[in-house]
Amino acid sequence: MLDIQKLEKSFGEKRAVQGLSFTVEKGTVLGFLGPNGAGKSTTMRMIAGVLEPDSGDATIDGKSIVSARREAQAALGYLPEGAPLYDDMTPPEFLAFMAAARSLPRSERKSAIERAIADSRISTVCGQRIGSLSKGYRRRVGLAGAILHDPPVLLLDEPTDGLDPNQKRAVRALIARMAPRKAIVISTHTLTEVPAMCTRAIVVDRGRIVADETPEGLLKQSADGTLESAFTRLTDQAEAESA
Amino acid sequence: MNRFRQQFDSFLPTFRRELGAYFATPMAYVFLAVFLLSIGMFTWEAARFFDTGTADLSPFFVWHPWIYMIFLPALAMRLWADETSAGTDELLLSLPLGMPGLVLGKLCAAWTVAAVGLVLTLPMWITVNYLGNPDNAAIALTYFVSLLMAGSYLSIGAAISALTRSQVTAFVMSVVVAFVFTAAGWPLVLSGVKSLFGAGLADLVAQFSFLSHFEAAQRGVLELRAVLFFVGFMTLWTILNGLWASRQRLG
Repeated sequence: MLDIQKLEKSFGEKRAVQGLSFTVEKGTVLGFLGPNGAGKSTTMRMIAGVLEPDSGDATIDGKSIVSARREAQAALGYLPEGAPLYDDMTPPEFLAFMAAARSLPRSERKSAIERAIADSRISTVCGQRIGSLSKGYRRRVGLAGAILHDPPVLLLDEPTDGLDPNQKRAVRALIARMAPRKAIVISTHTLTEVPAMCTRAIVVDRGRIVADETPEGLLKQSADGTLESAFTRLTDQAEAESA
Repeated sequence: MNRFRQQFDSFLPTFRRELGAYFATPMAYVFLAVFLLSIGMFTWEAARFFDTGTADLSPFFVWHPWIYMIFLPALAMRLWADETSAGTDELLLSLPLGMPGLVLGKLCAAWTVAAVGLVLTLPMWITVNYLGNPDNAAIALTYFVSLLMAGSYLSIGAAISALTRSQVTAFVMSVVVAFVFTAAGWPLVLSGVKSLFGAGLADLVAQFSFLSHFEAAQRGVLELRAVLFFVGFMTLWTILNGLWASRQRLG
């Protein structure tokens, strides 16, 4: 479904992503973990076609983001970091724009928008402008935009950031419900989310993969049985090696 | 051919969203009110509309380049800078949209607001018809060229807005560039260029002047040269706009 091959990106001297490769099959929810500045968001942005990779490729549902960007982007649902949205629109207006931008057939637009609103539980705020919504609702409107066209691959950058525990549970349930039919990549730095949502976890540090495991396998690598210590050990190690 | 058409698929969604954004906020209304107020003030107070003794709109049209130079960058400044500062450019670039349609959709939304401003000046046209017998064909033609000129000013503002995330910076830079293209036809500027760089360059500079190209139109003469100039000018800045907006993808 999603195949990443040797993605590279540098910003000036800084090599943000250094030859990242992995594949995600249908039915997998991949947790994409790493400390701040590890290259998580840069990788996500390259897969989404927002940023051009220096080299390497990502194929989404068989279409290359480098040579067939529009086709690849059509097969992808993307929630950017911080869920940027148009503040002057109401959620239904925003979703209507997304539906038009994604060239959904007119006959399907209404039902797609209704389904996305129901799935992301934003029906109570449909009359308000996005600019006046709380952080949690904004995130969910962004999520609604990402799942609107029912894409085979979902790329979610911090989808539960800023949500209260109830909202987090609702988003987790939604992801679990969609998981069997999709390949989902979730970037997060909230480690407690990982066992609850993901079937596989990749830890990146300094633009390289330092671990590719099931959440259980990751736990085994820790000294005291918590993900925190496994995460610290893996990323410290990478730091020591590069030093 | 299909691939080519795909590039413009994004025009309509973008155009609708941008036009909606102008009218969802006080932006468009404030622009229209201030634009009409100032053009009215210049026409009546500065150009003494009633004292010219002739029933035509030349005291009105003569101010267009100057008013556009100040106000249209204000209309265009948000087009791209707002996306970058709010982070929505990331959302936009992740959608399967063609850049040409995106650029034109944004430009045309701003152009439509400017066109509404021009339409709202029609009472002046009606007034001169009430006062005398003006050459209505000539006035219609001047309106048309003025609209093209408005598009040219907007294309400068839109392109520069893609260079910065600050709307204020975009506005100031656009006014400066717009001033250069407006005043390139000023005798003051031309004689300055002439004494510094010679007559050849002064002629060249004058070729790019909005004032000189708008001058014939103000007399009611339709010069193909002027129409081609404004259309070509807009095309050039629109291409620059597309290039500058795509630059985002390189990081």
